[in-house]
Amino acid sequence: MFVYGTYRRISDPFCNNSLTNSLIRVIKHLDMHHNYILNRKSPSSSLPLLQWPYCLRRCSYCNFNKYISREDNDHIMTECIQRETETLLRLSQVSCITSVFFGGGTPSLAHPSTIAAVLQTVSRWARLSDKAEVTLEVNPTPVGKSKLEDYCRAGVNRFSIGVQSLQDEDLKILGRDHSSHQALQTVEEARRLCPGRVSVDVMFGRPKQSVESWENELSELLRVCDDHVSLYQLTLERGTRLFKQVLGGEVTVPAEDVTAEMYRCARRTLQQRGFLQYEVSNFARHKAASHHNTSYWKGRQYIGVGPGAHGRFVPLGEGGVHREARTQTLEPDVWIREVRQRGHGTRRRIQLGHLELLEEVLVMGLRMTDGINHEHWEMFSPHLGLREVFGTSREVQELLQSGQLILDDRGLRCSWDGLVLLDSMLPALLVELERQIGPSLQRDHHTDGSPH
Amino acid sequence: MSFSLATRWCDAPLMRRVLQFKGYRRKIQSCNNMTYTLFRHRWMKRLPVFSSGLKMASTQTDTIDLSKFPVDRIRNFCIIAHIDHGKSTLADRLLEMTGAIVKTQKNKQVLDKLQVERERGITVKAQTASLIYSHQGQQYLLNLIDTPGHVDFSYEVSRSISACQGVLLIVDANQGIQAQTVANFYLAFEAQLAIIPVINKIDLKNADPERVASQIEKVFDIPCNECIRISAKLGTNVEAVLQAVVDRIPPPVASIDDPFKALVFDSNFDHYRGVVANIAVFGGRVRKGDRIVSAYLGKSYEVNELGILRPDEHPTQKLFAGQVGYMVTGMKDVKEAQIGDTLYLKEQPVETLPGFKPAKAMVFAGMFPTDQSDYPGLRSAIERLTLNDSSVTVQRDSSMALGAGWRLGFLGLLHMEVFNQRLEQEYNASVIVTAPTVPYKAVLSSPRLIKEHGSKEITIVNPAQFPDRSVVSEYLEPMVLGTILSPDSYTGKIMSLCLNRRGIQKNMVYIDDKRVMMKYLFPLNEIVVDFYDLLKSLSSGYASFDYENAGYQAADLIKMNILLNGQPVEELITIVHRGRAYSAGKAMCERLQDSIPRQMFEIAVQASIGSKVIARETIKAYRKNVLAKCYGGDITRKMKLLKKQAEGKKKMRLIGNVEVPKDAFINVLKRKDK
Repeated sequence: MFVYGTYRRISDPFCNNSLTNSLIRVIKHLDMHHNYILNRKSPSSSLPLLQWPYCLRRCSYCNFNKYISREDNDHIMTECIQRETETLLRLSQVSCITSVFFGGGTPSLAHPSTIAAVLQTVSRWARLSDKAEVTLEVNPTPVGKSKLEDYCRAGVNRFSIGVQSLQDEDLKILGRDHSSHQALQTVEEARRLCPGRVSVDVMFGRPKQSVESWENELSELLRVCDDHVSLYQLTLERGTRLFKQVLGGEVTVPAEDVTAEMYRCARRTLQQRGFLQYEVSNFARHKAASHHNTSYWKGRQYIGVGPGAHGRFVPLGEGGVHREARTQTLEPDVWIREVRQRGHGTRRRIQLGHLELLEEVLVMGLRMTDGINHEHWEMFSPHLGLREVFGTSREVQELLQSGQLILDDRGLRCSWDGLVLLDSMLPALLVELERQIGPSLQRDHHTDGSPH
Repeated sequence: MSFSLATRWCDAPLMRRVLQFKGYRRKIQSCNNMTYTLFRHRWMKRLPVFSSGLKMASTQTDTIDLSKFPVDRIRNFCIIAHIDHGKSTLADRLLEMTGAIVKTQKNKQVLDKLQVERERGITVKAQTASLIYSHQGQQYLLNLIDTPGHVDFSYEVSRSISACQGVLLIVDANQGIQAQTVANFYLAFEAQLAIIPVINKIDLKNADPERVASQIEKVFDIPCNECIRISAKLGTNVEAVLQAVVDRIPPPVASIDDPFKALVFDSNFDHYRGVVANIAVFGGRVRKGDRIVSAYLGKSYEVNELGILRPDEHPTQKLFAGQVGYMVTGMKDVKEAQIGDTLYLKEQPVETLPGFKPAKAMVFAGMFPTDQSDYPGLRSAIERLTLNDSSVTVQRDSSMALGAGWRLGFLGLLHMEVFNQRLEQEYNASVIVTAPTVPYKAVLSSPRLIKEHGSKEITIVNPAQFPDRSVVSEYLEPMVLGTILSPDSYTGKIMSLCLNRRGIQKNMVYIDDKRVMMKYLFPLNEIVVDFYDLLKSLSSGYASFDYENAGYQAADLIKMNILLNGQPVEELITIVHRGRAYSAGKAMCERLQDSIPRQMFEIAVQASIGSKVIARETIKAYRKNVLAKCYGGDITRKMKLLKKQAEGKKKMRLIGNVEVPKDAFINVLKRKDK
């Protein structure tokens, strides 16, 4: 679950600077819009952060933190999620929430009253605007479909539907508990309830899939879907059933070159149909980009609530000035116990230094087709601009010359062709960033101690 | 027969080998748990014998009066055999029967002290044991010098033999004569030692001592009736072996009336006492407290401790002519204890003994620490190991890919493997070993170069220094004469393997109605990597192989470059025979293709000779490399992965614009995993 909000006092990109400096910048940026997010995740996301940790069954490809619930403990979960939401909102001192995301597990297993209760808690501790984006991930089963209307009444105004595939046989191999027909019906119902605010998740690189069958499937999907599509390549995760099957030779997945071709085709097809790619795996038309997800890529702060959820925020409530990477306890039972004992289940807190923060801003920002603009970068790195950091590196120059990377008056971004190879470019950029920022940290430290 | 044998030994071919060890790895005996920790205290390690080791031994000083053993009651002998034919087991029985060790079930290869020896069931380091044996009312001092069975260690063997007048040649009653039996026989035969053939393992179900005796007669020309048939395991007829040692082996020729003169035939390094030299006394006597001189250094030392080995150190007051024992003189540096050195009493200089020619390294391999920070540790480990094994040549080397390291020369492949294993086990060193190469030679034609090198013929150990064809009149490669013994049903397969390795058949005889002995002349380079493994597998393990040096022959050698996108990679330069260039080049390209990760552009991996490309593989460019999804929970993991890649990037070697990870070099350069 995620919440966007307006900041009260400190803007964290400047936490690393000396006190004098940061005070000035706080004033300068007070009017800027900063966002807070509460927990989120998507069904095929690969790290465990979730609101609702339970699933009815295990998908064969999923290594997510999820549990097959043995008993009905809805009311306990509800109570604990409310409690943790309250604790973390107070800790972050967020004032205004602009988006909330219910991810999973399978959050559509939760009772609509749970969603309503959590949203109530949020609005009790921060302002939850009418325009706030409230997304719920939905498994397109008949049960899920039947609850959509109630979710809307509870306050949900955007659905993200895990269609994954329109081939029933593939859904079986993937271990999904729905059919393609049910998926289409769910999408239809969701569109009726939240027109223009429905996203579908679809997966390529599946066992036995060919480029041709993928193109047909995508075309079929585009006929029925709404204005937002998330495209995921099936990744084999260690420890999953599918991983073992592929390792044992029972199942084969398409080769690297084939999945590259699938991705290329999909980008082209989506573009032709008016879907603009705004991130590596996200496409939207009619400006239906997910407000919530964009926040991650822009390096904004977010609060994660629920077992295994991740967050990034400055704990102002306890006097913190540095952003922290926070992880909640994984196992629901333990998490429940901790929340009951101390109000939250935060298991791990890691302070992000100046370099680490910039690294995240760089890595996440370049995933967007718009990349990182100069003003955005300056918020985090007031001393060293993008050109100063990357302009002199030989390797970056090569990337610019080959047209895979663009550094111009707008900022730094990948070209259409370069985006596909982002992960090959990032190590070089990170090496350069460390080389440039490493010494500048020392400088900052030095000014810190100088009397003026 | 006398001690002057040492001279002859130097001329005997040292370079032979059998790689028989692989099939015979053994479970380590119980006391071996202690091997590692106790390594530096070798005298303490042997449990069944003098259980408290040296200290106890030193308190019971001189229970043996060595003066009771004049030269004619001394016999110096060694045991030679093909691997696993029972040499060490026979040694155990001889030790038990003469009371040197207590007879227990646990006596298994008492003389094999190193962990590597016990694991592989081979002897690497020669050990000495003095036995006291009563025969027909007389007490005899029998000095058993246990030798490494493997002819890679024939340097050790020849040193040991220099102190012997006779050998026990053990042959397995089931397996019969094997390649190494032949090699060992000739080693002893050429040294004109008395040879006593012993047919062992007659208790085995399939034992056929008659057949083996007739093989011995046919191959070695030793009459059938001279073979002693025993079971070392059960002790059957072992007494006859001891009798034969006394009856058939002549005593050493040495006089107690001559001035003291001793040969250093081995040395060990002890952390507390310094160098412990194994010596054979060729004349006169020496006592504790004497001042002796090393002929090699001209330096004098005081004899702090001396004694015999039974097989543990047993201190005595004196050593007499014809006897074999150890001596501690306060030498602190192993370089002082030159093997082959002559020792004499101060004030009584003698003519020095001929000594040993240094062993010639025939197999070279680069050795690099896995982590460069381990360099100093590895250096001292190598220094310490080479203290006890002077046959390893050490040269500093450095590679842009692998960092600073050494180029080590070994007598053979097994020698190299044993060295590595000892480094790992005894010094806990983790090393990258490159594929072995052999020393080539080039006959220079350019007067300028001849002047520069000081000779017409140069030896090339490092392929990067291979001189160009235009300044060379001829290249030479080392040759070996290989002996293969095998059941005749595998003859066809073996012959085609040999042919494939540029082998030339010299000889082929049936040693009985089923077994055939073949002699082939091979380029050493062709057998140095995987020949033995292939031979073993195509003969279901029945064929045995051994080789000896056969000088150099002219060969059509060429330098092969490996190119990445047209840029040569210095580390990968290889010298190959023209006829093998294509297959060698292709194999290297394939291994590189597998170990260089895809990059953003296509990479051509080529092997070339001069400007001509003879093999090519392509590493395709990445078409897509971006993680599908990345939201809140994925960020931490994603960042971790990218940071690791960024760190790895700093360690890449850049060839042109191609980033090559260290692992790729290791995969291409290291020996293949067996």
